[in-house]
Amino acid sequence: MLDLPLLSLVIWIPILGGVAVLAVGKYSDDDNVTRWLSLAVSVLAFLVSIPLFAAFDTTTANMQFVEQTPWIPFLNIYYYLGVDGISMPLILLTTFFTVIVVIAGWEVIKEKVAQYMACFLIMEGLMVGVFSALDGALFYVFWECMLIPMFLIIGIWGGPRRVYATLKFFLYTFFGSVLLLIALIYLYIQAGSFSILDFHALPLDMTTQVFIFLAFFTGFAVKVPMWPVHTWLPDAHVEAPTGGSVILAAMMLKMGAYGFIRFMLPITPDASAELDWLILGMSVFAIVYIALVAMVQDDMKKLIAYSSIAHMGFVTMGFFLVFSILRNTESIQGAAIGVEGALVQMISHGLISGALFLCVGVMYDRLHSRSISAYGGVANKMPVFAGLMVLFAMANTGLPGTSGFVGEFFVILAAFKSNFWLATLTATTLIMGAAYTLWMVKRVLFGEVTNEGVAGLEDLNKRETWMLGTLAVLVIALGCYPAPLVDVFHATVDNLLIHVTTSKL
Amino acid sequence: MKLVYLSTVLFPLFGSILAGLFGHKLGRIRTHQATIVGVAVAFIMSLVAFYHIVINGAPAFNETIYAWAVIDGITFEIGFLIDKLTVLMMLVVTFVSLMVHIYTIGYMRDDPGYQRFFCYIALFTFSMLMLVMSNNFLQLFFGWEAVGLVSYLLIGFWFKKESAIYANLKAFLVNRIGDFGFLLGIAAVLMYFNSLNYTDVFNAAPAMTNLTMDAALNENWNVITVICILLFIGAMGKSAQVPLHVWLPDSMEGPTPISALIHAATMVTAGIYMVARMSPLYELSEVALSFILIIGSITALFMGFLGIVQNDIKRVIAYSTLSQLGYMTVALGASAYAAGIFHLMTHAFFKALLFLAAGSVIIAMHHQQDIRKMGGLKKYMPITYWCMLIGSLALIGFPGLSGFFSKDAIIEAVKASELSGAGFAYIAVLLGVFITALYSFRMFFLVFHGKERMDDHTREHLQESPSVVTMPLILLAIPSVAIGILTIGPLLFGDFFGSAIQVLPEHDVLAKVGEHYTGVWGFILHGVFSVPFLLAAAGVATAWFLYMKRPDLPGVIKERFKGIYNTLDRAYGFDDFNSTFFAGGVRRIGRFIWQYSDVKVIDGVIVNGTAKTVGLISGVVRHVQTGYLYHYAFAMIIGLLLLLSFFLPW
Repeated sequence: MLDLPLLSLVIWIPILGGVAVLAVGKYSDDDNVTRWLSLAVSVLAFLVSIPLFAAFDTTTANMQFVEQTPWIPFLNIYYYLGVDGISMPLILLTTFFTVIVVIAGWEVIKEKVAQYMACFLIMEGLMVGVFSALDGALFYVFWECMLIPMFLIIGIWGGPRRVYATLKFFLYTFFGSVLLLIALIYLYIQAGSFSILDFHALPLDMTTQVFIFLAFFTGFAVKVPMWPVHTWLPDAHVEAPTGGSVILAAMMLKMGAYGFIRFMLPITPDASAELDWLILGMSVFAIVYIALVAMVQDDMKKLIAYSSIAHMGFVTMGFFLVFSILRNTESIQGAAIGVEGALVQMISHGLISGALFLCVGVMYDRLHSRSISAYGGVANKMPVFAGLMVLFAMANTGLPGTSGFVGEFFVILAAFKSNFWLATLTATTLIMGAAYTLWMVKRVLFGEVTNEGVAGLEDLNKRETWMLGTLAVLVIALGCYPAPLVDVFHATVDNLLIHVTTSKL
Repeated sequence: MKLVYLSTVLFPLFGSILAGLFGHKLGRIRTHQATIVGVAVAFIMSLVAFYHIVINGAPAFNETIYAWAVIDGITFEIGFLIDKLTVLMMLVVTFVSLMVHIYTIGYMRDDPGYQRFFCYIALFTFSMLMLVMSNNFLQLFFGWEAVGLVSYLLIGFWFKKESAIYANLKAFLVNRIGDFGFLLGIAAVLMYFNSLNYTDVFNAAPAMTNLTMDAALNENWNVITVICILLFIGAMGKSAQVPLHVWLPDSMEGPTPISALIHAATMVTAGIYMVARMSPLYELSEVALSFILIIGSITALFMGFLGIVQNDIKRVIAYSTLSQLGYMTVALGASAYAAGIFHLMTHAFFKALLFLAAGSVIIAMHHQQDIRKMGGLKKYMPITYWCMLIGSLALIGFPGLSGFFSKDAIIEAVKASELSGAGFAYIAVLLGVFITALYSFRMFFLVFHGKERMDDHTREHLQESPSVVTMPLILLAIPSVAIGILTIGPLLFGDFFGSAIQVLPEHDVLAKVGEHYTGVWGFILHGVFSVPFLLAAAGVATAWFLYMKRPDLPGVIKERFKGIYNTLDRAYGFDDFNSTFFAGGVRRIGRFIWQYSDVKVIDGVIVNGTAKTVGLISGVVRHVQTGYLYHYAFAMIIGLLLLLSFFLPW
């Protein structure tokens, strides 16, 4: 079992499966065939990814499930894959959410079904590639290719302003990617290989580190997204079809954060220590500023999109607390709480925001409006749905017992070690997050039935119940017992913290 | 014993899950049976725990159930600490909850959300038990927020009512402001103690009395004081202390059984319990104690005033609850933690009784809650009448009833306290006694005596409530009468709490009060001739005079003192201020930064601006590419000539 190239399988099963779906869609008029085939492929990929978790060795920080073969030998570029405690859970999240997205699009997508499903399957493989690539060039290829299916998903199955949204999305992220490429090429010239692990060990002087840091920072901050390069996200979410929003929120945003912890921190530790105020400041600014903006949105998808930006602020903050904790308490004790909190937040935010976008999708499929004011009193007609949406909303406000609490709690604990006022500002999310989320819940779900559209709503069907129910179980399970997930991080994070607090100069 | 404690919390949880997921399949009767059995088991298990810990004198149980997460050598865990303080709380919670469960069968009989209601109140019982049985701050916070969630769900239980869904959002948000402080307090505990376990923290605390933290601008704050005040901000939210009290009166939008259970007897006392549990920390900070003392006395007095002008039967009791929570807080601030917990217990019984009796009145009146439209109900509902009378007498501190002991103990303790603020607190709690008697009996007379002011239709249908409603009333009336006599000795002046509550010798006001304590009867006798009793009697007499003898007078007084009346009627303007300043302000700022910063500057100027600039430049530059061969050829020749002229040595 362990001799199988698991990572390659998880990458190539969905990609080849996606091509197969395209081919079948071309010769078959029955959309159900392509739907079932897509479901089979995504479930297979998910099942193949489970051993990554089951057979994962939590005691070592080394890369596991490593595969390395020469790809472009004369440039010293390898097809080099492997995972550690940081990337492995993200791969599982990707394969899991692809199944959910295939189910979410089942009856909803009626046109170009095969192409729609194929886009998601191919994107799944590429995203897994991003999380498992250990060669910079390979990483970059996956990173860029991934944009294409997303571009198509928004551009073809999107809403009325989809062209503006796709262009904005593409140009924004492409702008970041170019700087990323320059940084990677510079590092390649210095290190003589594209291996990310070689990059980690590469000694660099301060000026170089700062430049590399800023290049990476721009590239990844766009993807997270951090304030002020966040304005593509609300537009992309609003125009994307439900499945696109789910993948965007659950997976794509995590790529930026993943870049922070895979590239920036270990490659440029001294610049990170020097410039951590920049990241902390922007993170806390996002948490406060974006929460205020989220408060006044009428479009539910925009509201959740802004909420995502605020929640991703916890991730970027958690990663970069180590330096100020070291300065403030003269020990890195507690820094791991921040980093692991941020990592939990990545997974948890994926589940919760994905679920919330699915909830909006469920309503949109029925009434074709995302506007809060078009709803009111939905709970009267859709009690089961209302129960689940309240649960996800509560998770979004960080209620203990849901996964949303774990990450925020850990990051606030660590932030307190760094600075009292930083923690105070960060903790305002308790109030603001609850305010914008529950205010939306109040206006959408509660009250008397406000219009005929709502009066004609039907509660969840079986497919939707299973889809949201599964997510609900995961959100609660992770909230009540995060230990199995957190244990996966320990070795990698401890190793990382020692690495980043050791100067490269 | 671990099994006993586990089943105490898990049975209500199972009941809740059954009711929530399978309520419709089970039907109404089996749903309430399932949840009632769950809570009854919890109550019996609490009795077993009481027998084991208090009667048999077993040592406190302190064990981990499971490790929630372990990071960096710090264990975040779920675990139980069962000592005498916990056992007392478990009994109060499960007993009141059981009574409320039974009462609900009658009160919610015709409600379509019957099963949902049982699901919520059983979930509440679980959450509250998790809160009081915790042995660490993580689980405390878990229970703390979970009861807040259930409170949110229950206030908004009738989610079609606009006022209800406004009230539940408000309750949740105001509580979140408290939790914001609470969470920072927990973060501070973790930073300075490197553990969230009570035992570790309490053991390490005395060594940290003089530790300071650098806040900003060379301002040094005492760490213990910071921790205590942050944690107390959480208690101010949950236990509705000024200025975070604003949610409690509105929470009366929920069904009456939960007003009794959550917003009178148990959840709102979580803050009181928490401070008593943290007594080893609070003892180390006199600043924090004074802060608590002052907040508590403001709440006790000024919320009492508001009770006088309310006309909704439930809102009268709600303001009474606020005022009584103020009394408990005052007790905590005076270091008389045991008196605070004692009042918490007696109050849980008589206030649950008052609320449930009010609910019985509301059923009879067909959900009319305005006391101006009641009157003369005594002859229609004798059982409710007598229960309400017992509850009211207990509340105002009639000698011998439970409230008398606990309230007198608090007043005596504050009198003996030497902390700064104690003088003010003493006046506040003393004056509060008069106010309490006044508003309680105003309501009592208006509801049960005097003219029958309801319409004819309602009068024809007036009748005593069914036995599922009156039985819990009678069962709650018993402890409302007797619990004081039975427990004051050991609880206040004996060593009941042992090491669960720690008081420094110089703060030990209860010991001072205890020097004069010669037994229950002596305490009663002393009470009859003391100032508080005279004030209470004066309050009842005033109420009788104003509302029975001269019912025309209140209107005259209202006219004469219009300014004061309006201030009280608008509850000092807290709500107006909050809704304009906070709710309105946040929305205005949000809209401003969204429209200007996000839409105009970032998107308008930077993102789309860049695109436009590129477009503009290329618009100009593209004129060069005409596509005519002779243009290009001409340009090439010109270029060539220029190059030649530049490089050729002239």
